[in-house]
Amino acid sequence: MEWIALANPSRFLGLAERLLPWLVGATALAFAAGLYAAFFVAPEDYQQGQTVRIMFIHVPGAWLGMLGWAIMSVAALGTLVWRHPLADVAQKTAAPLGAAFTFVCLITGALWGRPMWGTYWVWDARLTSVLVLFLMYLGLIALWRAIEDPSRAARAAAVLTLVGAINLPIIKFSVDWWNTLHQPASLLRLGTPTIHPAILVPLLIMVVAFTLLFFTLYVSAMRNEILRRRVRTLRLLQAQAARGF
Amino acid sequence: MTALAALLVRDMRLAVRVGGGALMGVLFFLLVVTMVPFGVGPDLKLLARIGPAILWIGALLATLFGLDRLLAADHDDGSLDLILMSRAPLELAVATKAIAHWLTTGLPLVIAAPLLGIFLNIDGPAIAVVALALLVGTPALTFIGLIGAALAVALERGGLLLPVLVLPLTVPVLVFGISAGDAAMAHAAPFGPAFLILVALTLMSVVVGPFAAAAVLRHGLD
Repeated sequence: MEWIALANPSRFLGLAERLLPWLVGATALAFAAGLYAAFFVAPEDYQQGQTVRIMFIHVPGAWLGMLGWAIMSVAALGTLVWRHPLADVAQKTAAPLGAAFTFVCLITGALWGRPMWGTYWVWDARLTSVLVLFLMYLGLIALWRAIEDPSRAARAAAVLTLVGAINLPIIKFSVDWWNTLHQPASLLRLGTPTIHPAILVPLLIMVVAFTLLFFTLYVSAMRNEILRRRVRTLRLLQAQAARGF
Repeated sequence: MTALAALLVRDMRLAVRVGGGALMGVLFFLLVVTMVPFGVGPDLKLLARIGPAILWIGALLATLFGLDRLLAADHDDGSLDLILMSRAPLELAVATKAIAHWLTTGLPLVIAAPLLGIFLNIDGPAIAVVALALLVGTPALTFIGLIGAALAVALERGGLLLPVLVLPLTVPVLVFGISAGDAAMAHAAPFGPAFLILVALTLMSVVVGPFAAAAVLRHGLD
């Protein structure tokens, strides 16, 4: 089947029905392997102790938060260029997921920061840019909720998503600048030293597991959204019929 | 071209006449700056240190609260539909409106900034630099805000949503504007790079803002 044929919502629904059990199974397997590796295989860090295990949730959260915006940007192009309803659905359903994973990233970061830095929050460049990303997700969701007509909402949200996609790297860059200005000696050394394979391999398995979870939730959210729109259309038709048009 | 010039003149006239919001922004700016010492205390040293930041936050808020009038008033009386149907490209028309808006609300903020700088105990040369940074940076705020104004029109309910959508996008302008101001106060950062990046941000938002706003208006108003 050509990929373009999937742009038909009914075909997409069919594919989603066939795909979802496999996705759920793969997610469960990946989590079983990942959680085992994270808790029993990965050693404690000589400095961070047990708290290093928070990274197994934190890092996938950060990655999926950014992936969410990337997916929305591609879908936004689909909305504006082809005006395709499935692109609208893909845009809308990615926003809460991306926001949720960004939130997970923030919360786990704070929980890790408390024992490691002695405080839940520091205005570090990385934390701040993730916070701005989270706020932009919330603004976008607020925009979706402000317009009743779904296709109009999709077009307004698409423009904002693309403007955000242009702006997010600039925000990241400016926050880095701002941080070096205010806080010359950063506490953060994470990422600069190479990560030992004993921790890196479980981390990668967890990243795969969370990514599978993301797509499981994403496909089912898109399916639900398509069905929700069909119910809405049916209700509108019913109401029209009842008024005798 | 004459159509755009006429639009510019019309918008500026409307802004300064009765019912226009031209000087409200400056008044709001003055009030925000006056409220800060009540919050942080009358310590002049502290005020001098955070002065540029207060001026920038005040200018940002004053710009934001003026934005809902930028397109909504024209939408209410129907002239936005005429602009949409006119032969002048919509991108240029909204850019013209943004320029008129900046001349009537942004520029007065820049002119008022030195006076408010004295209230905040910022010394002479630093005031000049902060005003220069505001002069270069506030157009970026207006043009980024233009996108939010277009969205607010498409939603037919602006209110708090506009600042919620626009504020995160203004983070870079705020960062580089303040760091250019800080440089003048003998703090660490060099003035040149921060100022040049601020200029770049303004130029970029002058390009992105009108295109995004025009896209919102074209797609959102049918």
